[in-house]
Amino acid sequence: MTDTVLPGAAAGAPNRERVRKSLTRRHRNEALFRWAGILSIAAALGFVAILFGMILSKGLPSFWQSTVHVEAFFDPDLIEGGPRPELADFPSQADYQQAVNQWQRAVTLSNWNRIVETALRAEAPDFEIESRDLLELVNSAARFQLRDMYFANPDVLGQTMPVSILASANTDNWLKGTINRDAPDDRQQLAATTRALADQFEANGTISFDFAWHIFTNVDSRSAPATAGLAGAFMGSLYMMIVVIVLAVPIGVASAVYLEEFAPKNRLTDLIEVNINNLAAVPSIVFGLLGAAIFINYMGLPRSAPLVGGLVLTLMTLPTIIIATRAALRAVPPSLRQAALGLGASHNQTVFHHVLPMTYPGILTATIIGVAQALGETAPLLLIGMSAFIANIPAGPLDSATALPVQIYLWQGNENRNFFEARTSAAIIVLLGLMLLLNAIAIFLRSRLEKRA
Amino acid sequence: MNALVIAALLLVLLTVSYQVGWSRSRKLATGKDQRLHSRPIYHGVLAALFALLPAIVILGLWALFSQSVTNSFILAQLPAEVAQQQPFEVQAAIARVQAIASGYGVIGEPTPAEAAAASAFASFQQLSFLGVIAAAAALGAGGLFWAQRRIAPRLRARSEVEVFVRLALIACSTVAILTTLGIVLSLLSDALRFFSFINPLDFFFGTTWNPRFQSTGSGSAGEYGLLPLLWGTVMISIIAMLVAVPIGLMSAIYLSQYAHDRVRNVVKPIIEILAGIPTIVYGFFALVTVGPFLSGLGDAIGIDIRATSALTAGIVMGIMIIPFISSLSDDILGQVPRAMRDGSLGLGATQSETIRKVLLPAALPGVVGAVLLAVSRAIGETMIVVLAAGNSPVLRANPAEPTSTVTVSIVNQLTGDADFTSPQSLVAFALGLTLFAMTLLLNVLALYIVRKFREQYE
Repeated sequence: MTDTVLPGAAAGAPNRERVRKSLTRRHRNEALFRWAGILSIAAALGFVAILFGMILSKGLPSFWQSTVHVEAFFDPDLIEGGPRPELADFPSQADYQQAVNQWQRAVTLSNWNRIVETALRAEAPDFEIESRDLLELVNSAARFQLRDMYFANPDVLGQTMPVSILASANTDNWLKGTINRDAPDDRQQLAATTRALADQFEANGTISFDFAWHIFTNVDSRSAPATAGLAGAFMGSLYMMIVVIVLAVPIGVASAVYLEEFAPKNRLTDLIEVNINNLAAVPSIVFGLLGAAIFINYMGLPRSAPLVGGLVLTLMTLPTIIIATRAALRAVPPSLRQAALGLGASHNQTVFHHVLPMTYPGILTATIIGVAQALGETAPLLLIGMSAFIANIPAGPLDSATALPVQIYLWQGNENRNFFEARTSAAIIVLLGLMLLLNAIAIFLRSRLEKRA
Repeated sequence: MNALVIAALLLVLLTVSYQVGWSRSRKLATGKDQRLHSRPIYHGVLAALFALLPAIVILGLWALFSQSVTNSFILAQLPAEVAQQQPFEVQAAIARVQAIASGYGVIGEPTPAEAAAASAFASFQQLSFLGVIAAAAALGAGGLFWAQRRIAPRLRARSEVEVFVRLALIACSTVAILTTLGIVLSLLSDALRFFSFINPLDFFFGTTWNPRFQSTGSGSAGEYGLLPLLWGTVMISIIAMLVAVPIGLMSAIYLSQYAHDRVRNVVKPIIEILAGIPTIVYGFFALVTVGPFLSGLGDAIGIDIRATSALTAGIVMGIMIIPFISSLSDDILGQVPRAMRDGSLGLGATQSETIRKVLLPAALPGVVGAVLLAVSRAIGETMIVVLAAGNSPVLRANPAEPTSTVTVSIVNQLTGDADFTSPQSLVAFALGLTLFAMTLLLNVLALYIVRKFREQYE
């Protein structure tokens, strides 16, 4: 058998050679292609890693901020204004309020800086430093912090109280090394004596790195950047999300139910369908233009109000919720509808008692996706004036407010780069943390709802 | 207080009317051949609707008009010369009267006229509130009375409630249409007002973008050439696509054709995290990390790359779009029939040959559609370019130089105090209209291609 020579075998040898060669080439191409795939995935994963690495490494240190612990003496010789007025002494509430305002004015005009200075000097009695340089060590709102302690409790007059004062942004930069510590004096933000004192305070424990709760409880501040916090932006975002949930979810689910379960197939419903698909892809900034033109210019709603922001974001998230709810409704098996109708339920009863409950997990996911998208949106809010500097926590949805992503936008533009790069990253961590929380809630609720269904 | 009274009124109306409808229909159904058409629940809901709707309409009207009625009442009480003052003084006078009437008082003694007006206003306030509440309650009671008279065994209460529900659903689904209508109308009308200042030809074909901000009303209007912005947008989108399409497509191919399920289940969600990150975060990333890195890289190889440039913005935007491309292509590759793949493999083609010569050509229309959708997203992206593109609206070919885009200019022109009368702010709407038209075209085209592709394999 082995001796049998097949016809064409003589020509087969070079052919085989050719095939082998081409096979090597083809296998090489196969490996190259596979490596291209692995590289792309590595690149995508690398981008995720770099992005999160950058934000975490920059932002996490910002949550621990240098804080000066001192004993402040509320000196009766320095604090002016006398005792707080009493309501009983005045004919009307307006008069009383005026007296209180006058008293607060007088108290504010007292020399609080001297009190801060005395307290700081007590921690380093032998250190020679000019008053101006000494006050640079702590944030410029320190005097208001002591004043507010006095407002809250006028009985501290003449007493010595332990106080934790945030160090100034420049001191924080110096101690954390976020600016070049070897730069010459004329490139430093702080005087040489201030820097030396900061180092001494850190060594003797007067300055410690405490967890910066004020990031969550304070509002934005321009004069004292060290005290800037997210509370105002958080409340603004919260009001907007409430508006979005209250409006977008019912309207979105209702339109999805109508389009999927009730609508006759005609021109109008086709139009609505095409419309929704296109709205989902309209750039978010166009919704901002819509809000500026209609809600603010035409309807005269106030600028910077979370209500307007919420309305704009509602219109923006509606298509997301409608499309996802329709997909969930389509996934409900038709046998369920037929069974309900066959047992004599009306069309409405079929939909609302049997079909819709099956889609709750889907609607929930859609809601969370929509809310997360709205929570991170910045561009349309800039156009309706939510990028204004707001120095207090909005008390209602019609007050001026800003939002978390807009606050990030404002902070990244702050001129004190060294400090605000970290602070912006911290705000991003808070924003991403909120989104993570939303998604975790969604996954948790979804698994519970699906178990029950 | 007022809100509490209103809530209590509505709650009482709701419970009473529902209870009346429910129990009356049940009482009627006691007889032998007196079977109800609808269950008592529906009679209750119908009665509640009849009672609540008129009351809510009255309260809504009051909420709309109470402010102006209050103001004109107070003005009528005050001496006539008050009304002839400046608007802010009139407002202050009204606020004073309201403060006195509320018992809070004002600083110093109120004038006799103010005191008289305040007492008149206080009683007016009480009376009008009582009147509105009474009217709402009366109408509600009237509605309830009518509804309970209608209750009969043959009343099709369920059908009527269902018609109402259907109407509410239709009203909700028109919101989407109204939104589109609102976008088109507001963009068009304000863009037309802009074109009354500036010749459309100068806008669409001008090569200089220099909208001088007017501090004086009569200053020159500035130049509004769209082309530099359009070119910046196109250049950044091209760079973004050059980053996103190869990486997104190749990772989709690898994950769907080569990777183990275990790898796929871990890697896919991680890549999709990129899609959920807010764009402002990408902007910050571009500004703080990618920009300095690129300019350092440029220094190392001797090219001048600016930290904020079309390149920075484009690369970061590409990263943002990777998950968009990869999940859409994954979806599309999954729709190519398995038989085609198996046939090619059976004939001896290697896996990569199958993908390149069979799968990709078959999926090409779908992939093109996905890329078009991604382009439309890149064109409309705002925050990355606001932070990282350098905001320099000059016509330049070099991607390493700063540039500007349509979206950046919209933000620049309309942030701050927009007055909606000058071309400087109205141009934002002309830009928005251009942007809307571009993305709409791309979307319609992309959706058409994707739909054709789906039909081919269904």
